[in-house]
Amino acid sequence: MCLGVPARVVEKTTNYSARVDVNGNHTEINIQLTPDVEPGQFVLVHAGFAMEIIDESIALETMHYLEEMLQYGQ
Amino acid sequence: MTQERILLAHGSGGLMSQRLIDEVFKQAWRNEIMEAMLDGAILQVPAGRLAMSTDSFVITPLFFPGGDIGKLSICGTVNDLLACGATPLYLSTAFIIEEGLPLADLRVIAASMAQTAREVGVKLVTGDTKVVEKGSADGVFINTTGIGIIPADIDYRPQRIQPQDQVIVTGCVGDHGLAILARREGLAFSTPVVSDCAALIQLREIISQYGNAIRCMRDPTRGGLATVLNEIAVQAGVGIHVKEADIPVAPAVQGACDLLGMDPLYMANEGKMVIFVAAALAQSLLNDLRRLPQTQAASIIGQISAETPGMVLIETELGAQRILGILEGEHVPRIC
Amino acid sequence: MDNDVKEYKQHLLRAIQLFSGSVSLMEVCGTHTMAIAKSGIRGLLPPNIKLLSGPGCPVCVTSQGDIDAVIVMVQHKDIILITFGDMMRVPGTHSSLQEERSRGADIRIAYSPLDALRVARDNPDKEVVFLGIGFETTTPTIAITIEQARREGLNNFSVFSLHKVVPPALELIFSDSEIKVDGLLCPGHVSAVIGVKTFGSLARKYHKPCVVTGFETLDILEGIYMLLQQLKKEEARVENQYSRVVKPEGNPIACQSMERVFQPVPARWRGLGMIPASGLQLREEFSDMDARKRFDIPEIEEIPIKGCACGEVLAGKITPLECVLFGQACTPLNPVGPCMVSHEGSCAAYYRYIPTKGRS
Repeated sequence: MCLGVPARVVEKTTNYSARVDVNGNHTEINIQLTPDVEPGQFVLVHAGFAMEIIDESIALETMHYLEEMLQYGQ
Repeated sequence: MTQERILLAHGSGGLMSQRLIDEVFKQAWRNEIMEAMLDGAILQVPAGRLAMSTDSFVITPLFFPGGDIGKLSICGTVNDLLACGATPLYLSTAFIIEEGLPLADLRVIAASMAQTAREVGVKLVTGDTKVVEKGSADGVFINTTGIGIIPADIDYRPQRIQPQDQVIVTGCVGDHGLAILARREGLAFSTPVVSDCAALIQLREIISQYGNAIRCMRDPTRGGLATVLNEIAVQAGVGIHVKEADIPVAPAVQGACDLLGMDPLYMANEGKMVIFVAAALAQSLLNDLRRLPQTQAASIIGQISAETPGMVLIETELGAQRILGILEGEHVPRIC
Repeated sequence: MDNDVKEYKQHLLRAIQLFSGSVSLMEVCGTHTMAIAKSGIRGLLPPNIKLLSGPGCPVCVTSQGDIDAVIVMVQHKDIILITFGDMMRVPGTHSSLQEERSRGADIRIAYSPLDALRVARDNPDKEVVFLGIGFETTTPTIAITIEQARREGLNNFSVFSLHKVVPPALELIFSDSEIKVDGLLCPGHVSAVIGVKTFGSLARKYHKPCVVTGFETLDILEGIYMLLQQLKKEEARVENQYSRVVKPEGNPIACQSMERVFQPVPARWRGLGMIPASGLQLREEFSDMDARKRFDIPEIEEIPIKGCACGEVLAGKITPLECVLFGQACTPLNPVGPCMVSHEGSCAAYYRYIPTKGRS
């Protein structure tokens, strides 16, 4: 029961809400759980709320164990 | 007519019915067969096998990005005839109109049907209108029944599908279902996705060159691609093995489905065809399809297998196979 | 770049397949259950690595009695019930919300608890009840909604809370000698809220590796790999695979909102029985918005359904394939228990995705 979707914050519409974008689709979500979020940042959306700000310095498909795997690879 | 809305009297067969037909439908659809105003249409058809298809359209909302119920009613039946291998010729149209529907809406719908019919090259030759009490219909319900001629060298049936045959889908899936769902009330959700509603008449030219290398075609409407594949697998008694990575889905559709908790493989399409073709000619057919504007995103999504008859399997990104089942019950948007 | 990632996943898969010990790994998140089933990972694991589904689907772990209580409420009270879609088809002893709706009950599906506030505002003369279900990922959203309703003075809004918290169930599973679990894939979004500390304590107390894991195929492969590495080195600590979303301290604002609005109470979990401090009830100052109290809904005695093994499936004691009813009397179209009807139930995942229908 944790279906969460990454979405880009387009703009804060009030103190409590923001418009987000997922591949061109827009919806309004509540940001009371992530009040410091800024437009341009990515958030995890669940049940109409932003649950957490996603750290973009860690990309979606970071290969944490690439080094180790390359050892296995041969 | 001075009234702005449809009244029960418009359906009673009297003067008001006559005026409705004259001023809304005949105005929009002028052809000599309809002008004859007989109880039925007298049609001259070439000798050969006749394909006939009927469909009723009960969509809400009546007007949506990418089309309306009128355009849909023509495209839907034309596509069904094309799937039979037929060249669509004539359509009948029947309306069940809810009392209170704005006349302006009906005019737009009739005009839309006329334009679509013109573009496709079919004639609307006979029809019927009834009016029901407010609350008994969603604005208007439309039925269209169409006939077309099947060329002698065409025989499209699921039973002709054989192992090794390839499965092609003519473009991205899920657009129509998503476009409609997103416009239902209660959803504070805006999407750039529009319905893919279209009559695939451009296909006629290409497929006539392939004769019986094409085994069968079907349009994936309600229930989506997954449901149609399952129907064919059962009817043909074969297994269908597809690859997830090869099924085209527009990023906006995928994003919307992620947000709403839906699966694009189960969302309706109104401008797509699934084509089963002999392996040797699959690539050639694909290249031809990709040259047409309507089918430029066509893709070979899988093949027919003698194993797992009646079942559709999908290969995931990891190379594992899982079942792609039929839609069971209502496709409810989920949050969790 | 895409090909690199593809190759990387294959490397991880191979490394996992090379693991020699015999282990059982458990996940306790319905979304993990679904993601694992859809990716086909289970079928690619070697026979010595078992992947169990635990009590991670909040719909599935809701007791029969609780479901019956909700149905009693819609049958006898003049309310508008707002619920997440998953609850509609869950079978109670005699009926379901879907059936009640077809009989005329005003039951509406929502994407967010905030939708229920909108209905309450639009219908000031009707009682609007939100069916609150979910673990720590969802509960903060209901807590915020309740406080919002209070601020607006919405007197016609209340919540029927079926909310639960995950850690007490994990304690029970780890301490049950009948359940063999060697490592835990920790729920990524629950962790995003509560942080990783709790799982760290569990890892140390029961000496089981715990890895907080995301939901993409790559995340799950890494999570499994990390668990196996710990097992190989005989380590038992918590690691955070899902660091792009999960911060070690979680989301303090979300935790505080739950603290303010809810208090822990004993709760009955399907399959696990009564677990202390595992359920969430509205605190005293919000008790007027507690639908159970407002409408005086009684506790309902559970009548177990014959043959239904959802409880054992949820505890990880058997796989769905070992349930007598699976695929025969119990299918997604005609479900007997919630594990088959919930979109994230184990049985639904097995039935929908695994190419061997019926019993093995």
